[in-house]
Amino acid sequence: MATEIDERAERKAAVRRFEAERPRIEFGTAWEYSPAPESADIVRIEKRENLFIDGKFVPSRSGRVFETINPATEEVLSEVAEGGEADVDAAVRAAEDAHRKRWSRLRPAERGKYIYRIARLMQEKSRELAVLETLNGGKPIKESRDVDVPLAIAHFFYHAGWADKLEYAFPRHRVSSIGVCGQIVPWNFPLLMAAWKIAPALAAGNTVVLKPAETTPLTSLALARICQEADLPPGVVNIVPGAGETGAQLVNHPRVRKVAFTGSTEVGKLIQRAIAGSGKRLSLELGGKAANIVFEDAAIDQAVEGIVNGIYFNQGHVCCAGSRLLVQESVAEKVLEKLKLRIETLRVGDPMDKNTDVGAINSRMQLDKIRELVACGVEEGARLHQSSCALPTKGFFFPPTFFSEVAQSHRIAREEIFGPVLAVMTFRTPDEAVEKANNIPYGLSAGVWTDKGSKIFQITSRMRAGVVWANTFNKFDPASPFGGYKESGFGREGGMHGLRAYVELS
Amino acid sequence: MSAIPSLFDLSRVPPVDQVGIEERAAGLGRRSIKKEAKRAGIRLAMSMLDLTTLEGKDSEGKVRQLCRKAIRPLPEDPTVPHVAAICVYPNFVAIAKDALGTSGVKVASVATGFPAGQVPLPVKLDDTRRAVEAGADEIDMVIDRGAFLSGEYDRVTDEILAVKEACGAAHLKVILETGELETYDNVRRASDLAMAAGADFIKTSTGKVTPAATAPVVLVMLEAIRDHYLATGRRVGMKPAGGIKTSKQALHLLVLVKETLGDAWLTPDLFRIGASTLANDLLMQLAKESSGRYQNEDYFTKD
Repeated sequence: MATEIDERAERKAAVRRFEAERPRIEFGTAWEYSPAPESADIVRIEKRENLFIDGKFVPSRSGRVFETINPATEEVLSEVAEGGEADVDAAVRAAEDAHRKRWSRLRPAERGKYIYRIARLMQEKSRELAVLETLNGGKPIKESRDVDVPLAIAHFFYHAGWADKLEYAFPRHRVSSIGVCGQIVPWNFPLLMAAWKIAPALAAGNTVVLKPAETTPLTSLALARICQEADLPPGVVNIVPGAGETGAQLVNHPRVRKVAFTGSTEVGKLIQRAIAGSGKRLSLELGGKAANIVFEDAAIDQAVEGIVNGIYFNQGHVCCAGSRLLVQESVAEKVLEKLKLRIETLRVGDPMDKNTDVGAINSRMQLDKIRELVACGVEEGARLHQSSCALPTKGFFFPPTFFSEVAQSHRIAREEIFGPVLAVMTFRTPDEAVEKANNIPYGLSAGVWTDKGSKIFQITSRMRAGVVWANTFNKFDPASPFGGYKESGFGREGGMHGLRAYVELS
Repeated sequence: MSAIPSLFDLSRVPPVDQVGIEERAAGLGRRSIKKEAKRAGIRLAMSMLDLTTLEGKDSEGKVRQLCRKAIRPLPEDPTVPHVAAICVYPNFVAIAKDALGTSGVKVASVATGFPAGQVPLPVKLDDTRRAVEAGADEIDMVIDRGAFLSGEYDRVTDEILAVKEACGAAHLKVILETGELETYDNVRRASDLAMAAGADFIKTSTGKVTPAATAPVVLVMLEAIRDHYLATGRRVGMKPAGGIKTSKQALHLLVLVKETLGDAWLTPDLFRIGASTLANDLLMQLAKESSGRYQNEDYFTKD
């Protein structure tokens, strides 16, 4: 008995010695990057930002305003007019007029010209748009500069091309527009989501009332200015900032013919219930809890990059984020070691610094939600790993985090956290991987990592998710449809599938 | 858990995804290196330079002039560090040794039938021994790419082992000639093979073949070095060479090292840059950082 205890103690001591002497990579201060902040001076933010209705910037009829802040500093950027019932009504009527009298009657090629013009003006102002997006949303400038803004522009260019070719997109059909589209976009990709919604709607001859998210209205309003500059006929695009109430008024307005919503599953369900029986068309792009599946034959270092990109891109505020990692047991230890090392090199902090990889959490509310779920993960017994990075003292920040030893039944494995928090689980066989990946009420996206081509096709064809990436993650293109299965919504955005949501076929 | 693989084990070499590695290397290339970071980075790069001349027309005069440059890159500013080494053909080792004296600049010699490596093994070993006897501190050998590409891994391993032995106390850098290996999988495989066979440094290229030290190739090799270190505790050095002409490229390489291998490798003992014209671009950028203006090329010596 005593010898058994001795043996065990000895073994423990050996493990400790091994751990202490184990080779370690230190990412320290031998050569540090100097701060490289992008200048905020190139954007002008008005003290008071107004609604954009019928081609003009107007205050809200109620006079109500709300503050919009920079989540990285908590400083107020502007006061924004809050759209109320009368404003929504005015916007919808302006849109209806514009649809009936001008936009739907315009020669399709002319419509295309306007959309091309918007795209070109966005290109000219791409730096301003990127800075504004980062100031208002907290995402790193390198992402708004290299991803959000270029993709938003690409969506306008792509759909401009469709404007006069709709009959080729839907052969053997007569194609007509629907009317006024009420569109509600979230705060994680404010400009990009506005582009995803507005560009196809305009190309198909519809007019738009768009409500940006409460925390991030500024780039939508900048886009409104661009529409003005492009001489877009008044009323074709209307932007009405506000909170949930404004959104509800828009959705419930009787003259709205089509509702497009990107946001939480909870609100999506409310919308679906609210407009049931109204004859309004609906597309919903909701939450997700995507599985990133890493097989033992994957290129491990590149898979780790994909995992990092999948969950820490845009602070994890991505509906298609790879928030669950399913890794084959035979390589799990290796993958976790590499992941631990990799998150130490993620640079967390000032979103305006060009070298920042992970910026600010979008709002205090979201930060609280992330903290709550992380605490829950610890309580449930999963093992917490966090980057040792220092966080700024002001603003909303959360370090890159992942949990190992997560079970399928943990809340952190079931619920959308919408933050830089990854849940890692293991599997033994391909069947088990597919089963676990699909065993969730969501179905927006998934990732598969293997060096074996045939395995890619075997696995991806069995995934119940709208988008499946192979050996990459978070890749978007305007020509490629995007959307979900199950509680991740329905309808597609992008490509011909996305266009279908904005046309009437007969 | 003795993890030191005594010989090259192909089954342990992970695959490399081309799209993924190129994306990561390009991403790190977008780091913004400004102000103090730029000045410190340029000085660091200068101290890591293997100032190289490997031409048929090399002569004693040329080598001696280059040695002066190596010791004192910017005559009017003694704070600019000397380069790490001079890299020459075996014929010039004794001359370089003499010219460099006690400056601290090392002498590296290419050997083993550089650049093709298509000579019999005894000739390679003789080549190596003579360079070491002449005073070379470091030997840059080339692998037999023909043998590697035809799958004769044991032969390549044995050759490296034999050259390593012939090096004695001299450090051995193993040149993979990545431009001829073509795929990242091959680069990774050759890196692991060379490290298992005892290379002190692995080096991308001879400078005679393009492409040479591209960022993704360097990144593949750095990741191999990292994995080798974590598995065995042995720190292998890295030397990109060929086609590195600008300060921007050099700083990009330092970023790759910093974010893959960390602080321990940010030293001339473990990271070198093989180049000939890079030195003047580094000096030009350094002068620009202090004066705010670019000088024309005649303010920097061509040696």
